[in-house]
Amino acid sequence: MTASLATGNLHDALSPIARQTLPGRLSTTGVFAWRALVKLRRVPEQMTDAIVLPVLFTLMFTYLFGSALSGSTGAYLHELLPGTLVFTALLVTVYTGLVLKTDLDRGVLDRFRSMPMWRPALIAGSLLGDAGRYLVSTTIVIGLGLLMGFRPAGGITGVLSGIALVLLFAYSLSWIWTTLALLVRTPATLTMASFLVQFPLTFMSNVFVDPATMPGWLRTFVEANPVSHLVTTERALMDGTATTGQVVGVLLAAAAVTAVFAPLTMYLYRSQR
Amino acid sequence: MTRSQHGIPATEVGTSEWAIRTTGLVKSFGGTRAVDALDLAVPAGGVYGFLGPNGAGKTTTIRMLATLLRPDSGTAEVFGHDVVADADAVRHRISLTGQFASIDEDLTGVENLVLQARLLGFSRRFARTRADELLDAFDLTDAAGKQVKGYSGGMKRRLDVAASIVVTPDLLFLDEPTTGLDPRSRNQVWEIVATLVEHGSTVLLTTQHMDEADRLADLIAVIDHGRVIAEGTPAQLKVSVAADSDAQPTLDDVFLALTGHPADKEFAL
Ligand SMILES: Nc1ncnc2c1ncn2[C@@H]1O[C@H](COP(=O)(O)OP(=O)(O)OP(=O)(O)O)[C@@H](O)[C@H]1O
Ligand SMILES: [Mg+2]
Repeated sequence: MTASLATGNLHDALSPIARQTLPGRLSTTGVFAWRALVKLRRVPEQMTDAIVLPVLFTLMFTYLFGSALSGSTGAYLHELLPGTLVFTALLVTVYTGLVLKTDLDRGVLDRFRSMPMWRPALIAGSLLGDAGRYLVSTTIVIGLGLLMGFRPAGGITGVLSGIALVLLFAYSLSWIWTTLALLVRTPATLTMASFLVQFPLTFMSNVFVDPATMPGWLRTFVEANPVSHLVTTERALMDGTATTGQVVGVLLAAAAVTAVFAPLTMYLYRSQR
Repeated sequence: MTRSQHGIPATEVGTSEWAIRTTGLVKSFGGTRAVDALDLAVPAGGVYGFLGPNGAGKTTTIRMLATLLRPDSGTAEVFGHDVVADADAVRHRISLTGQFASIDEDLTGVENLVLQARLLGFSRRFARTRADELLDAFDLTDAAGKQVKGYSGGMKRRLDVAASIVVTPDLLFLDEPTTGLDPRSRNQVWEIVATLVEHGSTVLLTTQHMDEADRLADLIAVIDHGRVIAEGTPAQLKVSVAADSDAQPTLDDVFLALTGHPADKEFAL
């Protein structure tokens, strides 16, 4: 009909193309992880908050309050840095939720959702890719710490196992944000919620200040705060003094969070229609 | 048709003469009944035009048929598969170009298509070949490596259509595919529709351009307030309004006659 205007290429491109055997669950998850990593490269802005805040906090707290809080900046950094890792994880995982919310709002996911595939792959894969983001910000925080004189007794093994544990915990944590992303109406609500959750959890913990200096009622909260437990474990790992009990405790907490929020996310994601 | 060679089980081929059947389909948003007891029967093969004024419920219907929205009540089948109970079987047969592009603006054109092809089971290399082939066909080769964010509206639209034909679908939903396209790109979309139909696919097309519907559609349904108010071939629809007017009616006249005074007229076709 309108062949005069169309190119021969169009006709070639339109010759019936075989539907392939669909990829398995793992490959599909892998494709979405790839997508998240590519996006990370394409949208460097995503990284700025994840880098700027932890760096700023590490510098500010160490040099501004370090001596006052711990007697010397070196002693303070020793306590602060493992805490900053946890703080960073809390901060960065929110983006996973934000990205999901943005994708949903923009209709980017419509085509995927109308295709035959293992549904959880999209979210599980995105989360895996996002682990790349945690890895980048964690590495930067550690690198900065080393420059500033952070010399943990646990050595490389201690630091690496500390990073591994915090990544694992971050992965479980990001399911909470994907759940919230599917519940809130706007991305701004999600950002707001993240502040409301993160700041009390991080500041009312042992990340920045030793609980022994706090009034009793606050100390009760701080000591019950899961963030405090994670930070204590991180410090112990980096010092090479972590007990199996501490590590298992964190692993169990991560498993529990995942067991609740991963199915909840998937349930909400499926019923988005 | 060589479809059974393409990995679709032979039993699924051609057992249903209807590409789409809905009965009493309803979807409300809050107080608005977007789709209100819609009955639709779209035969397999050919182009089915889906017309109606803004807010008539076209997109909502397509989203239900594409398994993106769950109907409140009524049933909808695509090639005999229920869109709710058998959503995955439906998804094997369809492809969607929604009213609003569903491509990832952060990625480049080629990344979008490779992603799509990989999800459809193409090997890494074949995915890349297919992506390049489609980009070439849609005159997007120069922009292949650029982030979609920087594409013009028409380029985005073309990429979006390309993403929906990475594999040849049995049923393609095109929700206003030519809105915002220049004449050349619009012609390409027309060409795609014609070629797909030639290969045996069914296309459900919505458009605000009556000349486009006239030119492409074998059958047309006009919907308003979530219901079908007229159905037939373009010629039949014109005849139905010819009675009240003197001149040779166009589809534009049909559309105005139908949706301008919808309540008090009976349109028997
Ligand atoms: N997600 C939604 N939430 C609330 N109302 C909605 C939603 N989607 C559609 N509607 C309402 O449903 C009705 C039908 O909308 P729909 O998008 O299906 O119309 P349409 O025929 O595609 O219109 P257009 O020609 O403008 O694309 C409208 O009144 C619209 O406001
Ligand atoms: Mg619409």
